[in-house]
Amino acid sequence: MLRIDRATYDAIVAHARKDHPDEACGVVAGPEGTERPERFIPMLNAARSPTFYEFDSADLLRLYREMDDRDEWPVVVYHSHTATEAYPSRTDVGYASGPAADPRTHYVLVSTRHHAERTGLAGDDVEFRSYRIVDGEVSEEEVEIVESYLFGHSPTTVVYD
Amino acid sequence: MAIQVRIPTILRTHTGGNKTVEGSGATLAALIDDLDAQHSGLKNRLVTEEGKLHRFVNVYVNDEDVRFTGALDTQVKDGDSVTILPAVAGGC
Repeated sequence: MLRIDRATYDAIVAHARKDHPDEACGVVAGPEGTERPERFIPMLNAARSPTFYEFDSADLLRLYREMDDRDEWPVVVYHSHTATEAYPSRTDVGYASGPAADPRTHYVLVSTRHHAERTGLAGDDVEFRSYRIVDGEVSEEEVEIVESYLFGHSPTTVVYD
Repeated sequence: MAIQVRIPTILRTHTGGNKTVEGSGATLAALIDDLDAQHSGLKNRLVTEEGKLHRFVNVYVNDEDVRFTGALDTQVKDGDSVTILPAVAGGC
């Protein structure tokens, strides 16, 4: 299960909407060894493409060096699909199964295919789903949104299946 | 002095949990051979059967991505710092 706070969830969705129709991507870092996505880090999609995303190689080095200095790791790696469902593609699975990719990462997929624009109407949510990807096997996991990490895991949670 | 190598989290299973290890060699290929002699299994994770650097792995010598400096033939020397990272990319 991925447990994520409301502000971070909203920030990922806002980033995906802003970059639509290009894919948006980024990381939520947390203390190394934990499952707590605490620090939202939007990344530039170096491919600037509606069908592909990649972290620029120099940006990637800077990002990991900074996380390393702070004893963090990427709890979540997110990206958006802008014309297809929020499900990992074959390319996504290939990279996530790479020999240096950590299978403990939560891969969040957001799809802006129906709701790139915020309308304020009911059902105006983008698809937001989370997966584990291990050796080419994709398994979806539950996403639980908590109001805040600052006060521990408060009981006022909304669970999305 | 030796070459300092930063190991990504998942590959630390090969280095006894160490974040950073040391090795030596004149090229990246030689360095990886030396690392593999000390930390068995590391080379298999970085180099393909065809002897190429795995495409889903990024390796940097100092701050330079080795893709632009000759890949496994990149020259290295004592005092250099090498970083191994998972490439992050995908597409719909």
